[in-house]
Amino acid sequence: MRCLICHVETIPDVTWVTFWKPSVQKKICQECEEQMDKITASFCPGCHRPGHEGVCHDCEKWEKTNPGLLERNVAAFPYNEFNKELVARWKYRGDFVVLDAYKEHLQNVWLSSFFKGRQVLSVPLSSKRLDERGFNQSEAISYALEEEPFSVFERSHSEKQSKRGRKDRMQSENPFRLLHPISDPVVIVDDIYTTGRTVRHMASLLKEQGCPSVSSFTIFR
Amino acid sequence: MFKTVKKYLQKDFSWIPHENPTHSYPSLTGKLLLRHEIPYEDEIVDQLLAQSILVKVTSIESYPWGHRCRRCGNTKSYLFAKMPHATCGQDCLYCRSCIQMGRVIECEPLFYGSSGFEWTAHEHPCHWDGDLTIHQQKAADELVSLVQKGSGEKLVWAVCGAGKTEILFPALTEALEKGKRICLATPRTDVVRELLPRLQKSFPDVNIQALYGDSPDKAGDAPFIIATTHQLLRFAHAFDVMIIDEVDAFPFHNDVSLHYASERAAKPQASTIYLTATPRKKQKRRIRSKHLPVVFIPQRFHGHPLPVPQLKLTPTLHRYLQKGELPPKILQIIVHQQQTKRQLLLFLPSIKIAEQMASYLKERNFEVQSVHAEDSQRAEKIQAFRKKEYRVLITTTILERGVTFPSVDVYVIDAGHVVFDEAALVQIAGRAGRSPDDPTGDVIFYHIGKTDEMLDAVESIRYMNKLGRKL
Ligand SMILES: [Zn+2]
Ligand SMILES: [Zn+2]
Ligand SMILES: [Zn+2]
Ligand SMILES: [Zn+2]
Repeated sequence: MRCLICHVETIPDVTWVTFWKPSVQKKICQECEEQMDKITASFCPGCHRPGHEGVCHDCEKWEKTNPGLLERNVAAFPYNEFNKELVARWKYRGDFVVLDAYKEHLQNVWLSSFFKGRQVLSVPLSSKRLDERGFNQSEAISYALEEEPFSVFERSHSEKQSKRGRKDRMQSENPFRLLHPISDPVVIVDDIYTTGRTVRHMASLLKEQGCPSVSSFTIFR
Repeated sequence: MFKTVKKYLQKDFSWIPHENPTHSYPSLTGKLLLRHEIPYEDEIVDQLLAQSILVKVTSIESYPWGHRCRRCGNTKSYLFAKMPHATCGQDCLYCRSCIQMGRVIECEPLFYGSSGFEWTAHEHPCHWDGDLTIHQQKAADELVSLVQKGSGEKLVWAVCGAGKTEILFPALTEALEKGKRICLATPRTDVVRELLPRLQKSFPDVNIQALYGDSPDKAGDAPFIIATTHQLLRFAHAFDVMIIDEVDAFPFHNDVSLHYASERAAKPQASTIYLTATPRKKQKRRIRSKHLPVVFIPQRFHGHPLPVPQLKLTPTLHRYLQKGELPPKILQIIVHQQQTKRQLLLFLPSIKIAEQMASYLKERNFEVQSVHAEDSQRAEKIQAFRKKEYRVLITTTILERGVTFPSVDVYVIDAGHVVFDEAALVQIAGRAGRSPDDPTGDVIFYHIGKTDEMLDAVESIRYMNKLGRKL
């Protein structure tokens, strides 16, 4: 078995405990696993920002400008340098199978997030991007979580149109269009939560159309 | 079935189209490209396909027992993966080995560009007015006749500082006069960058292009290409003259895909020249069995022998290195060395130790910098050392090749470490005594016990000096 990331041979270590159980084939080596890290212990309850006690500054700001728009974000891994490079390999080079490196822990975090049972929504890609990449990263993550994603958004092309009404900045810059309303609680699945703007764009459309609660689930924060 | 197995086991390029219609697209000539690497709209591409100037070829060969990526030659099962492919709706296999250069996926073809572009024949392309030594001239003549003959290969075994670039000039001239296309491939970006201005100066009217990871030039549409070996992944049957520099060096040595690509990039009737200062065992075997014609250049261009390394046993070395320090004896020697005119090149086995040593020496008021492979300021630091802006350069093995300084002493700390193999040690020793104004220099290997690699390196240097004296 080779490490999915660095391709070194991984040897499952045999101890007295593992000797009697069927050994679990590790997809990644220990060194890569350590570098991928995990978000544990302290994190912001609003966005899962790692190494943070209590609500972070970003979340406070969002609550001031757009209160209650996003219920919370759950993330599994910190967006560190190592992971940044892997994301580049996965998304921009198109090495699809890199996602498998995150899968096991991602599924565990998903189960402990209590999002299971909610409607899972995917983030749309422009058709040009989709063609280059060959896959939609948000859908790929949903399938890795063994969930069926719903595609209810599309990328809106005409930016001029959206400049007409400027009552809400959030809305005037919204790159998405909601194709049909959803009346159940939802969770948006994506790869990275950075500023939180993307999911809130989607959340604002959903809520306008009567969605009771919007959360998000990402690999990285 | 037997044929299929053989095709899989051997390098097989019979899939490259044999018809090469003439055309006027230099950027497509002898290329193997993904669709998005072709800078034309679908309409034009369709026309080129109709004229067989471009030909679609299968990108991944499938066998009952495995696959081969035709761009990089990868056959390792763990370097292939499947993905649900949105573009075609199928589960498609792609190559992970060469994905850095864009994804090769089984449902999309590679595009071969006909090598039928006519390159201009240059009249008197070489403006270099230096002289070759007798040994250099002899080697140069042999390379000229190889280029005249067409197909064939030759290894140039030249000591560090033999002036092997200049040895190529007559053969390059011969090729350019006949309108032949040349590629000079080397594993290192540094060397590509260094060679471009030198060659451009000597061949001022020739369009020479440098291709490497982030080179400003990407087109690859020149008659004379200097490239890192990785860039050859985009060429097929392109070159009449293929020169591979530092065949023994990482990553070329042992990298199957680079061998595959460099063989494919040459035309079937190409002249192939290998340059090395330190042939590996496999090449030495081929030389001994007369399967690989060789030409020796055992003497440096300035005629002085290579400095022979001194081996110095330092039993306490590891104890001090663990603390990020040097044994007092070595420190004392460096203090003395620094009172001479020569600069000092200090080789250490790892980046971590190199950096520790830099701060250790800085604290003791030495003018010192450390540099390593991923250092973003690498080029600047090396340039500054060359301009003598500081006195001690600490580095790991990455600096061992291609980079020259006029007047240095060279110390290797912990020369018994596994990173210092014979080839690396010969190259490191070859940094000293490069200039005719200062043709010697102290080369010292500090160690805690002699290794075979150290002894082989010393023996190989002595052997070359002996050959040089005989001439
Ligand atoms: Zn690994
Ligand atoms: Zn937060
Ligand atoms: Zn490949
Ligand atoms: Zn496909």
